[in-house]
Amino acid sequence: MAVLIWVYAEVIEEKVTPTTLEMLSKAAEVGTAEAILLGPAPGDAVQTLANHGASKVYRSDDPVFRDYLTLPAVETIAGLIQKYRPAVMLFASSYAGRDLAAALSVVLDSGAITDVGDFALKGSSVEATIPALGGSYLNVSTLDSPGTNILLVRQKSFEAIPRNQTAIVEEVVPPSDPAIHKVRVAERVTVQQEGPQLEGANVIVAGGRGLKAAEHFDVLRQLAEMLGGAIGATRAVVDAGWVPYSLQIGQTGKTVKPKLYIACGISGAVQHLAGMKGSKMIIAINKDPEAPIFQVSDLGVVGDIFKVVPQLIEELKKRKGG
Amino acid sequence: MNVIICAKVIPASSVIIEIDPATKCMVRKGIPHELDPAAASALEEGLRLTEKHGGEVKVVTMGINDATIGIRNALAMGATSAIHILDDTLAGSDTLGTAKVLAAAIKKGPFDLVICAAESSDSYSGIVPGQIAQLLGIAPLTFAKDIAVEGNKITIKRQSESGYDVVEAELPALVTVTSGINEPRYPQLKGIMAAKKKEIKKYTAGDLGLGPDQVGGAGAREKVLSVGRPPARSAGKIITDEGDGGKQIAEFLAELKVI
Repeated sequence: MAVLIWVYAEVIEEKVTPTTLEMLSKAAEVGTAEAILLGPAPGDAVQTLANHGASKVYRSDDPVFRDYLTLPAVETIAGLIQKYRPAVMLFASSYAGRDLAAALSVVLDSGAITDVGDFALKGSSVEATIPALGGSYLNVSTLDSPGTNILLVRQKSFEAIPRNQTAIVEEVVPPSDPAIHKVRVAERVTVQQEGPQLEGANVIVAGGRGLKAAEHFDVLRQLAEMLGGAIGATRAVVDAGWVPYSLQIGQTGKTVKPKLYIACGISGAVQHLAGMKGSKMIIAINKDPEAPIFQVSDLGVVGDIFKVVPQLIEELKKRKGG
Repeated sequence: MNVIICAKVIPASSVIIEIDPATKCMVRKGIPHELDPAAASALEEGLRLTEKHGGEVKVVTMGINDATIGIRNALAMGATSAIHILDDTLAGSDTLGTAKVLAAAIKKGPFDLVICAAESSDSYSGIVPGQIAQLLGIAPLTFAKDIAVEGNKITIKRQSESGYDVVEAELPALVTVTSGINEPRYPQLKGIMAAKKKEIKKYTAGDLGLGPDQVGGAGAREKVLSVGRPPARSAGKIITDEGDGGKQIAEFLAELKVI
């Protein structure tokens, strides 16, 4: 019998997340893939999961899963795991994914490996590859829990492969224990994002601490606009509040693989490199010739971003005009 | 209000972290250590809350002897006392083992609020706090970029993929803070002097009622099999801007047919 692998299906902004579909595709390749989909979701969500490898979907559309954050899902998933005993349970390395994996590892007294880039089953244990310390090392860890092994998977680790199939749906009853209401979501605030999305952008212009101030991002915006690209930033920059968190690229932010990545005033800390070094072509501008970013760049310019970038914009204008 | 901060002490940021090929663990001994800047932010939140609402801040650290320097720094910032879980048998603990140790230490005294960094600056696993909350049976309020306490109620702004959620719970609770939540204070001379007299209680795993089947390398479900270096991406052309850097980039882009 094929080994059972479960995927926690996450819905963000009324869409099944790409990482969910990537994990399902991998699960279907390794064994029998099944998904857990809790809380309100778009009408075609179950079919989307089926189309990426889920042969069965455990489903409840009860709003309790939306209104009380992750505790109701912990209770529900723990119950399902104890009943069906999947070999592996996969979560995305998202906010909800990390909370669920943490709580479930305690409830099931099981281990959990975070930041997984790939995995393989070895008997009752699972072997995971982890890009560690910002990608400067690749580690291999094994997890041999008494029951289900929990893995937190990095986004874009696998390819989402569409397949034509249908899924059986098993309706799930939400738990009644009042303890699941401990954490309430009072309000959800959407912060409008400017410009094109980082995800899927062909060109990304990213800024680091070298920009020195929030208003200096304007020149990068201008460059990105001219190249039809998106704006990104390092952790230091989002922490400083210059741009929203949604623009963060790196181990704790987004992983991007654009055709062209222009790093401006970014030194290239390992945490940042982890999120962008899969880019096809990297151009870096930094005043420090020793900056590690130059070790991964195809073209490095040692110089002042406030001189080089405006000149580049002027040059692009000229070429466009001519 | 009794606040407990789980504070990790890590190799100083100036140190290039290496992994010991024999033990497959991070090399921690014999290199300078510091209070994790992410933990300093958690502590800063705790100090601000107790300055406003009264109460004490206690720091809990699991770490080697070299962690003392970071604990002293936390005390100098204003923490009232500290617990240092110091036990060589804890080396090789996985996240769940670490969480069991910290949860057991937290339970040694009364507490209303536990604050942790959302993730440490050296290993980034980000699940130990959630495990601690579950072990303690208290509300997990994670990824906070703002914390407000009013009476018995705690409200946070929780970072989300599309903005933030306003999330609330009753105390006792555990909050994890994102690194940008505040700018941690620097210890002042007075604080540094006072820190020398503050108590650091030391515990072993045994003191906390935890055996080798639960914690340390032997109790870990997760075992590191191998560590290696991924193939390095080779550096390309590097030029120094002599007034035409922007033009050179434009030419490079033209060659790539981007423009």
